[in-house]
Amino acid sequence: MNGRDVVLSRLRAAVSADGPAGRVPRDYRRERPVDLDRLVERLTDYRARVHRVPEAAVADTVAGLLPPGATVVVPPGLPPAWLPPTVAALPDDGLDVARIAAADGVVTAAAVGVADTGTVVLDGSPDQGRRILTLLPDLHICVLRAAQVVAGVPEALARLTPRRPLTWISGPSATSDIELDRVEGVHGPRVLHVILLP
Amino acid sequence: MTRTFLGMPATAPPGVGHLRGDEPFPAAARRALADPQLRRNLGHATGTIRGKSAAVIDEVPDWPQLRAAGAAIKADVMARLPDLLVQLEAAVTAAGGVVHWAPDAVEANRIVTGLVAATGADRVIKVKSMVTQEIGLNEALSAAGITPVETDLAELIVQLGEDRPSHILVPAIHRNRAEIREIFLRAMPGVDPGLTDEPAALAAAARRYLRQTFLSTPVAVSGANFAVAETGTLAVVESEGNGRMCLTLPRTLITVMGVEKVIPTWRDLEVFLQLLPRASTGERMNPYTSMWTGVTPGDGPQEFHLVLLDNGRSAVLADPVGRPALHCIRCSACLNVCPVYERTGGHAYGSVYPGPIGAVLSPQLTGVADNASLPYASTLCGACYDACPVMIDIPSILVHLRAEAPHPRAESTAMAAAAYTMDHPTLYAAAQRAARLSRLAGQRGRGLPPPLSGWTASRDLPDPPAQTFREWWAAR
Repeated sequence: MNGRDVVLSRLRAAVSADGPAGRVPRDYRRERPVDLDRLVERLTDYRARVHRVPEAAVADTVAGLLPPGATVVVPPGLPPAWLPPTVAALPDDGLDVARIAAADGVVTAAAVGVADTGTVVLDGSPDQGRRILTLLPDLHICVLRAAQVVAGVPEALARLTPRRPLTWISGPSATSDIELDRVEGVHGPRVLHVILLP
Repeated sequence: MTRTFLGMPATAPPGVGHLRGDEPFPAAARRALADPQLRRNLGHATGTIRGKSAAVIDEVPDWPQLRAAGAAIKADVMARLPDLLVQLEAAVTAAGGVVHWAPDAVEANRIVTGLVAATGADRVIKVKSMVTQEIGLNEALSAAGITPVETDLAELIVQLGEDRPSHILVPAIHRNRAEIREIFLRAMPGVDPGLTDEPAALAAAARRYLRQTFLSTPVAVSGANFAVAETGTLAVVESEGNGRMCLTLPRTLITVMGVEKVIPTWRDLEVFLQLLPRASTGERMNPYTSMWTGVTPGDGPQEFHLVLLDNGRSAVLADPVGRPALHCIRCSACLNVCPVYERTGGHAYGSVYPGPIGAVLSPQLTGVADNASLPYASTLCGACYDACPVMIDIPSILVHLRAEAPHPRAESTAMAAAAYTMDHPTLYAAAQRAARLSRLAGQRGRGLPPPLSGWTASRDLPDPPAQTFREWWAAR
């Protein structure tokens, strides 16, 4: 009898007297209207910095956040117009870990924004790239479109594809491990900018 | 016959892992209560988290509906657990993962150690995980010549301090910032000797210390907060980014998961991802949540193993009253509101699962006889039930387990005698008169004689009234 058979037969014996399971009540809130101001307020509350600009102003905004000559990791599908000429782009054509870690920042798009929780979700699409790109540089600039923003967690899950690798980001890296109070800045990027497009 | 025997629900084996303490709760608690620094640290930390959690729960008008949904989903999971695990196995396998089944801690440690050894690595990075603490994986890896590196800040504090975890969410909750600074200065290689006790400086020290380890270690071990049977998706919620490092950078990822963590559908995450952060760290959402399904070519680990662990869970599942202890999503809200936990801290519970949930989970995983004092480590005030995001009725399970715990013969003899006396009116009246006489004869203010003195050691015995109700009724 292998481990699988042992575990499954034990569990089957444990539930053998069970009747049919009850219905799951789902009368919590779903499909609510989106409030962009709430997203901005909640991102800001957890120390993300939010910039609301038209799409034509993305490159200028990025230029204002990074010193001239800064190296920026760029996922393969990022719109080229988002990058200012002042930064040195490092397109991800299989960059090694050391080069990603040494970069000054990373610019990506996003898949979904969640207003209630102040969250952006990345799903590894070409304009967001591999997960490692947004993990090692100390500064992450994430460009989010208003149409990608949903009110809450249920609406966000409904838009996401489970098979893709997903990263939900709510503010910069933080910890509550010292006296249970939140401190920003541990292993992930310590600075998170969200550029919110109309 | 053998087949049936092997297939019966079983408790976690002794001699491995950290579900059993070295001494009963009352003895350990007495020592903890004598430590004023510990009580200050715990009072400060639990007070902070209670305030934060209450504030963000207040923002959610449908919190009661979310709790009810969470409880119902978990009850459904338990009733269908074997089928859901088979479904999960198929989905993970289809996505390029490999699923392993571990009946107990010994077997899980053997599987993980073997998988690490097969990669040739002599070091693994670890995401904070209760289940690997439960099975004593670090000890098993070390014994096999593999160095486990804890990457969660609180786990790192515990590991560097050669200490034991004392809280589900924040294993170093018993340490304040000054103590953490001392531990880092003493045990963290390459630490800046000018390190201050500012939390931001302490966090930055951990960042510097672990950076190269993250970048150069080819194998990671994690737990899981949720596993979706329908899609094969695993989810880990965390704050610091150490989880993302472990789940993204290494070539091989090994996830160990208690069987009860499976949930049926993708949509069910919408309930738990709202409940967990607000009940746990008091945040609307924790900074990072990672979800992955098997292997993604070109992104993250290219080899993924999922170890499904029983280790006593089948025994919990088999007890209809105790079963809801398996609904726990490890938020630790019950610890933070518990008047007993706040004063004794987590070490007194012996098991890696402390506090109210530990007091119902540990004795069931090991068999009540091995953790017989834990069901009594509670005042039954019910604060844990109110705080639980999946509505586990912890007080009722505590009472149920108290009945299952072994009782001293003197207690059952006394109870039987009391029952007999109360059944016989003449005897009962005589006993009441005797009680009054005994108190007049000098017993006033003192406790009961042995073997019942234990009960009155911390309780006052009420004075018998001058006239009993029965006497008043007869004289009326």
